[in-house]
Amino acid sequence: MIFDKLAAYIAGYAFVRYALIVGVLIALCASLLGVTLVLKRFSFIGDGLSHVAFGAMALSAVLDVMLKNTAAGDFLQRIGEMPLILVITTLCAILLLRTGQNTKIRGDAAVAMLSVGALAIGYLMMHLFSTSANVSGDVCSTLFGATSILTLTRWEVWLCVILSAVVVAVFILFYNKIFCVTFDETFAKATGVKANAYNLLIAVTTSVIIVLAMHLVGSLLISALVIFPALSAMRLFKSFRSVTICSAALGVCCALLGILVAIGYGTPVGSTIVAVDIAVFALCAALGAVMR
Amino acid sequence: MAQLICRDLALGYDGCEIVSGLTFEVNAGDYLCVVGENGSGKSTLMRTLLGLQTPLRGEVIREDGLRPNEIGYLPQQTQVQRDFPASVWEIVLSGCQSRCGARPFYTREEKKLARENAEKMEITPLLRRCYRELSGGQQQRVLLARALCATRKLLLLDEPAAGLDPKVTAELYRLIAQINKEGTTVIMVSHDISAALRCADHILHIGDEIFFGTKESYLRSATGRGFAGGEGAAL
Ligand SMILES: Nc1ncnc2c1ncn2[C@@H]1O[C@H](COP(=O)(O)OP(=O)(O)OP(=O)(O)O)[C@@H](O)[C@H]1O
Ligand SMILES: [Mg+2]
Repeated sequence: MIFDKLAAYIAGYAFVRYALIVGVLIALCASLLGVTLVLKRFSFIGDGLSHVAFGAMALSAVLDVMLKNTAAGDFLQRIGEMPLILVITTLCAILLLRTGQNTKIRGDAAVAMLSVGALAIGYLMMHLFSTSANVSGDVCSTLFGATSILTLTRWEVWLCVILSAVVVAVFILFYNKIFCVTFDETFAKATGVKANAYNLLIAVTTSVIIVLAMHLVGSLLISALVIFPALSAMRLFKSFRSVTICSAALGVCCALLGILVAIGYGTPVGSTIVAVDIAVFALCAALGAVMR
Repeated sequence: MAQLICRDLALGYDGCEIVSGLTFEVNAGDYLCVVGENGSGKSTLMRTLLGLQTPLRGEVIREDGLRPNEIGYLPQQTQVQRDFPASVWEIVLSGCQSRCGARPFYTREEKKLARENAEKMEITPLLRRCYRELSGGQQQRVLLARALCATRKLLLLDEPAAGLDPKVTAELYRLIAQINKEGTTVIMVSHDISAALRCADHILHIGDEIFFGTKESYLRSATGRGFAGGEGAAL
């Protein structure tokens, strides 16, 4: 019964197909990089950046209102909000990495400041400038990604596909270097590997993934998409390569299952995917304990 | 031909000086042993030579076309997270990364080199094992194999024999001597003064008194006689 309904949806509605394509691609990217982020203790950067992305989204909504009926406004309308959010988030990623390296206070204080600040200012701006009648509804949707994945435009889908392809390509090409700087950054630096450049690459790629993932699960739940598949895979496997492959596979399967369940039963997409991720993590933890 | 020149180097952390006035030269093909008491700044010197930290004063000059990616390094301690999933093979192979430059994947020669170095350190049976599940000595051998993979002109070892059993230790010193004979410069920190005096041709003593010179002159010096004790007579 439910399968018939799903099949009819997929065949009948372009937005369902878009959601499936984009969801799977984003989950793939997030889980691939997730292993590195978890192992480098960068998961908090992912979390901070997602709040920055929320602030950027609010800013773009405000710009939308202020620039209405000007040439710049038309341009913004046409390309959507994603490019602007992408630029701001990437800049913040670079900034965070710099402060994390140079100052005595480790990055976490800076991250906390930036993320909470972005969250607060973002909400404030939405409240002050938004023309929509239902501000809290809008905020809820950006934070938890209630419906945004089901309202993607064709151009946004293409942007997602291209960016995910770039992220996967970068990951494969730099896989060995990423392992090297993740496992032992000191050794990498000592032997002339450009560790800082690769750290920057990791941070920029992370921000791209976060901006993409905002449409899928909303900015509060992005970290789940990044860390759960990686942590699940680490329960089961013991080499970097197998953990990475397993993480990617788990991420894709959970996203697929989560989106289908959400469409079939009308639950919110983001939280359904995360619920599936949690269930799979529990399963993997149990399996890992049995195998040991 | 000098490969590394240190001029009036002062080492320390956050402006706090540990040693100063280090002046020495390492020529291509030398075997330099760095000795001294705990906390005298030997590991700090190694990190400074590698450019991992900046000296308070003075300078480290790399000559003779020595590039950072031609240096192999074995740290005294490697803080690997307890839950890091990495197989021994992946770690040994990652020593070849400095040879890659911008190239994304390892070549067949690099994989062969990694296998040979694993063979030398007698960890071939462990290659598929998970690093964090090995014993301390086994882990040390894995990191040594990785350092050997990165070495092309210069090898820096910070207490390589720590945690190794006597048989592997003897084998290790033999191996390092052989690598040195084949033309690689070796700088080794060691508390095993008898081994240091047996293998090295130059000694750098760090402490209240600083000594740099050949092994023979070290044994004649007051510092050397005090530190090496009866060892000198045994030679
Ligand atoms: N990260 C650090 N920050 C501040 N001081 C440090 C740091 N690391 C080491 N020191 C100090 O620098 C001094 C030299 O340390 P170093 O590790 O170079 O000694 P070492 O000669 O290698 O000793 P050992 O024989 O125990 O290995 C010590 O007094 C130590 O307290
Ligand atoms: Mg030391």
